[in-house]
Amino acid sequence: MRRLQFHPCGSFKTSYHQDLHIFSTDFGRLWMGIGIVLLFGVVPFISNSYMLYIINNMGIYAIAAVGLNLLIGFTGQISLGHGAFFGVGAYAAAILATRGNFPFFVAVPIAGIVSAAVGMVFGLPSARLKHLYLCIATLAGQFIIDYVLVQWEALTGGAEGIVVPSATLFGINLGNDRAFFYVIFFCFVLMTWIAVNLIRTRIGRAFIAIRDNDRAAEGMGIPIFPYKLLSFAISSFYAGFAGALFAYYTISITPEPFNLWLSIEYIAMIIIGGLGSIPGAVFGTIFIVTLNEVLSHITQYLMNIGVSAGAAITIAPLREFVYGLTIVLFIIFEPKGLAEVWRIVRSNFRLWPFSY
Amino acid sequence: MDFFLQLLVNGFSLGFLYALSALGFVMIFKSSSVLNFAHGELMAIGAFLFLVLSAWADLPILAAFALTLAGCFTLGFILEKFFLRPLIGEALIQVIMLTLGLALMFRGLLLFIFGGDTQDYPAFLPDALSMKWGVIQIPAVYVAAFIIGILFLILFGLFFKYSSQGIYMRSVADNQPAALSLGVHVRRVFALSWAIAALVCAMSGIILGIINGINVHELSSIGLKVFPVVILGGLDSIGGAILGGVIIGLLETFTGGYISTSLREIIPYIVLIFILMVKPYGLFGLVEIERV
Repeated sequence: MRRLQFHPCGSFKTSYHQDLHIFSTDFGRLWMGIGIVLLFGVVPFISNSYMLYIINNMGIYAIAAVGLNLLIGFTGQISLGHGAFFGVGAYAAAILATRGNFPFFVAVPIAGIVSAAVGMVFGLPSARLKHLYLCIATLAGQFIIDYVLVQWEALTGGAEGIVVPSATLFGINLGNDRAFFYVIFFCFVLMTWIAVNLIRTRIGRAFIAIRDNDRAAEGMGIPIFPYKLLSFAISSFYAGFAGALFAYYTISITPEPFNLWLSIEYIAMIIIGGLGSIPGAVFGTIFIVTLNEVLSHITQYLMNIGVSAGAAITIAPLREFVYGLTIVLFIIFEPKGLAEVWRIVRSNFRLWPFSY
Repeated sequence: MDFFLQLLVNGFSLGFLYALSALGFVMIFKSSSVLNFAHGELMAIGAFLFLVLSAWADLPILAAFALTLAGCFTLGFILEKFFLRPLIGEALIQVIMLTLGLALMFRGLLLFIFGGDTQDYPAFLPDALSMKWGVIQIPAVYVAAFIIGILFLILFGLFFKYSSQGIYMRSVADNQPAALSLGVHVRRVFALSWAIAALVCAMSGIILGIINGINVHELSSIGLKVFPVVILGGLDSIGGAILGGVIIGLLETFTGGYISTSLREIIPYIVLIFILMVKPYGLFGLVEIERV
């Protein structure tokens, strides 16, 4: 093994290929290796069942959040329909598993592709519309998909939902939390790796060009409509993939969780985490899932104290209040999100003692 | 035939209510180009404030009304100063998320203070206002809504066309740097437009509360239904908001009456998508021509 290089004394890159490296020093690569070892080797064994449940949820939401960040943060198209695509993926996987008897590792990607197709349909308005009109169109799309999921009873089982058979992969039963942990986080690592590399390729650069100024991008020869559709398709694929995993994880699915609130949660995740940065999406997911858990615990704790038990029933809506307050405070005081905070902390250490 | 006429009248009244709600929305958009997702919650705040003042504090109706409007006016100022001003120049998604966050905050606060049940105002409208044409019933509250709506329309039409503040608002909506360079006090225009919009929201909230009872969830969902109305009418046109509201109201009641009640909730959104594909700037909106 060659010697590890931690602090660059200057910029000694001699080719474009070197410039495109994700980690410029070995520090990042080392920590990446340690992180993966910790994630796959240590975490599933030291966490109890409840923590595993939360971490699994984080993993699933993180995949969808990364997809949404590709759409909003890198291509600049606002979509309020992400929760609906998540639901479409979940239902597609459920239907494929129950009606078509597809095995787990086939149903999940196909569900992603179905979701990508639906996403492309709802991305069609983006040809002529910009910014706020697209935002409203996707809002309408969210409601329409919600309605269809409930009403199309022949396919989706209406309000009662579908029960998904337990997943098996190469004969191993994936019913319990720990086995599913490996599946979820393997998929998470894979999808994040794909996303990070997508940004570095031609497609990613086209996305960023469209975000910054789409008329100029078209003037430079990037056909914006196909790339916008592609962006919608990719982000919906991520959402559908995550939704399919979600369907297998929570064995029975109903149309109830896939509403506007879920879409708003996703957007909150990537805004709090940081638009336009893949680690930001992950940070945001961790933050929002943790916030949800902390607030539920606080309301439950307060409900159990005798003193405020009477008033405690009404404390539950304070959860919404705190949620909204967090979003508002983050946007006013740190609009670039947690990724920016992380960057400042890191560069503080890197530039010490000149870190002002 | 009677059923048809009753549906027609109901649809027209419902549409007018939507139009009143859309008025505040268009006003905010016209002056500061912000999509206000907290619209439903602002209406709820107005409705609940009126409830508190008239029912719990037992003030006379007109005093409670005036105080509610004044309170919401101040709320609009406060919202603009503390929440919107730091975001001038930021990306649109940030502003949208901010209004969404504000909506969540208000909804949580209102649910916490008042609970999720439907409350009612004490009846104060004179019964003489209700009209009856043969079989068709028009309850007093719809007539009141109509009268107040027409009054507000006329007032705001005149305000925007002839008063200096109104002209400042239109100029800022049209081209902000140009208005700034001509000496228009843009910050004051923003603050005033949010304050007036909050006032109109309070107005619509009170009327909706009289008709349907005050319920936070219902008012929030009406706040979301404002979007099809303003897209149909054109995001920056007040007359378009009125027309769009009436069309959507009629469409909803006819769908509910003749086709199915569950489709009734979703048909405005289908119309929304259709309009966005066919005529994205709505019936009366200003067309921004982009030739690429």
